Amino acid sequence: MPDNKEKFEQLKQVIEELKDQPGALMPVMQRAQNIFGCVSMDVQKAIAEGLGVTLSEVYGVATFYSQFKLKPAGKYVISVCLGTACYVKGSQKVLDRLSEELRIPVGDTTEDGMFTLQATRCLGACGLAPVMTVNDEVYGRLVPDDIPGIIAKYRE
Amino acid sequence: MENMINLTIDGVQVSVPAGSTVLEAARKANIHIPTLCYLKDVNQIGACRVCVVDVGARALQAACVYPVSEGMVVKTNTPAVRRARKTVVELLLSIHDRKCLSCSRNNNCELQDLCRDLGIDDDNHFAGEMNHYDVDDASPCVVRDNNKCVLCRRCVAACHQQQNVGVIGAVRRGFTTAIESPWKLPLANTGCVGCGQCIVACPVGALKEKDSIKAVDKLLEGPKHVVVQTAPAVRAALGEEFGIPMGTSVTGKMAAALRRLGFDKVFDTDFGADLTILEEGTELVQRLTKGGTLPMITSCSPGWVKYCETYNSDFIPNLSSCKSPHEMLGAVIKTYYAEKFDIDPKDIAVVSVMPCTAKKFEAKRPELSNYGMQDVDEVLTTRELAKMIRQAGIDFATLPEEDFDSVLGESTGAGVIFGATGGVMEAALRFAYEVVTGKTLEKVEFHEVRGLKGVKEAVIDLGETKLNVAVAHGTANAQKLLDSVRSGEKKYEFIEVMCCPGGCVTGGGQPIVKSEIRMGVNVSAERAKALYGEDEGKARRKSQDNEELKVLYKEYLGEVGGHKAHHLLHTTYVARDKYENVK
Repeated sequence: MPDNKEKFEQLKQVIEELKDQPGALMPVMQRAQNIFGCVSMDVQKAIAEGLGVTLSEVYGVATFYSQFKLKPAGKYVISVCLGTACYVKGSQKVLDRLSEELRIPVGDTTEDGMFTLQATRCLGACGLAPVMTVNDEVYGRLVPDDIPGIIAKYRE
Repeated sequence: MENMINLTIDGVQVSVPAGSTVLEAARKANIHIPTLCYLKDVNQIGACRVCVVDVGARALQAACVYPVSEGMVVKTNTPAVRRARKTVVELLLSIHDRKCLSCSRNNNCELQDLCRDLGIDDDNHFAGEMNHYDVDDASPCVVRDNNKCVLCRRCVAACHQQQNVGVIGAVRRGFTTAIESPWKLPLANTGCVGCGQCIVACPVGALKEKDSIKAVDKLLEGPKHVVVQTAPAVRAALGEEFGIPMGTSVTGKMAAALRRLGFDKVFDTDFGADLTILEEGTELVQRLTKGGTLPMITSCSPGWVKYCETYNSDFIPNLSSCKSPHEMLGAVIKTYYAEKFDIDPKDIAVVSVMPCTAKKFEAKRPELSNYGMQDVDEVLTTRELAKMIRQAGIDFATLPEEDFDSVLGESTGAGVIFGATGGVMEAALRFAYEVVTGKTLEKVEFHEVRGLKGVKEAVIDLGETKLNVAVAHGTANAQKLLDSVRSGEKKYEFIEVMCCPGGCVTGGGQPIVKSEIRMGVNVSAERAKALYGEDEGKARRKSQDNEELKVLYKEYLGEVGGHKAHHLLHTTYVARDKYENVK
């Protein structure tokens, strides 16, 4: 937490600014996610204390909306397109293989903080279907067997 | 004059106060609308849709939240209504762990009742994927089994609104929605105070107490001298488990049943309550006259004590240092009683029957021990005792009335009323009055501290001393009271807090009363009547008049509040982190 001291200071200010408005919890959580990149346990505790609500309320909201991240995103964010064209061309199998190789469910981040795996809607590159991106790099015409090689490249 | 609304339900004219719900109006007309998530005064959120009715609107409406209006025509029994209710229950059942036969709530389950009443068959139209949850049994008080949860949120409402604890809530959404603690923490690692109000709110078997029957059975089979004691509130509710009307005191039958179960001695926690009053009353008088921390707050309720330690640790110096009555009695059993009857205290086991689940945690507190032995070895809830009686095949209703065993079995009316909110306060006042004024208290009732108002206040005349007192029950009410003391808005010398709404008579270990019955009967008031009735019938109604207690002090403890009493009967508290073990 010490390296985050400044961020928690920022969060404190946000809470101070919003705490008297009705329904402050959601906007505070959104701003917190902007500050920290996620709403981790420590962040949720600080929000609960600051707003005088229970941790279980904060956690309930955090898990209800998929846009809230409970863990910080990995160094590399892998997004697999599940748009119609990619899906028809087998992107689900690509996604499954990624999940298997990284040993995490979709939406989660690996223990070492290297990879976050997520599914996305159409990326607008249907000509390359099935498509995935790793941060800003695009990979097209994928088959599941391409996956170990791509992951290995980023692990190096 | 209240504004009355006229409406028609199934052709019956009903007149109810404005602001009533359709469910309340139907109840008045003796029309039964089934419910599941509804629990009067606790949870009224229209979530489960079991209570849907036709109010002439485009869609069916939930009767538990739909307000009445003038001229409204309600139909509770159309084919569409029946189909909708049945579908709702079938959907719930499609993800329900249907192990009714071995469920803690078998034959006392609101979901079973619905299935019977709605004519649910074996078809399981919505069979498909199921959720699988680990059972959380790490807490010494409460066991949660989400495989049986129907997501009604009654437990969540009890935990948040009644108790202001809020360690469980609905997480995620859609099919994977569940009632959980943050980060799936076991309850044991949260700020749960163990009160068990979630258990008595649950319509099904998703919540129950941590089992102690197996451990007690083992003690009874083994070589130890097993002594049992029963809390005041147990006798006010145990009969309900055997078809005896609510509000009937079953003290004599209970003592008889315990003997038939094989306990070697049957003592009364009411004796411990009288003992508590002498110690606690003396502590109060000392704090008043010698300048101790005020207001002094009672410490009999272990859920309240843990709540104070966890959420208001700045009030720890205000807590009375007295152990709770059953812990005091446990300590006395393993010292005075052991000596008097020449039994090695190591060969004695003390079992407490309590209306409470938090007592299971309390009994394990390291502070509550003497000479390396816990004061109390096992705690059974009232429900668990009823189960043991059934398992033993004892016909409770026809048992003779028997007495408690001597030396630690006598009690006064003051000890009996401990089980109702305001009871400890009243009992303490009956003692403090005589100590402070030196006069005999003629009229022993203090009606101003009785009743079910969330926070009760009174100014009590103790001769020249005016004592400002307050009583709170349910920790949400206690929090409001503490906040007003902390801010300096209120000033009291003595406060009673009971963790559970209504006090111990409606504790988390008491017989579970179904939502439908709770709609028509005030359970706390009914059970309290049994205790106040027993108090009235007692020849001795002040703790200081307990003869066996006088002997205990004379033969063993010495002075009230003296050195030996302090060593055996008083304790300490620890500040606890709300998010203990949370990383």
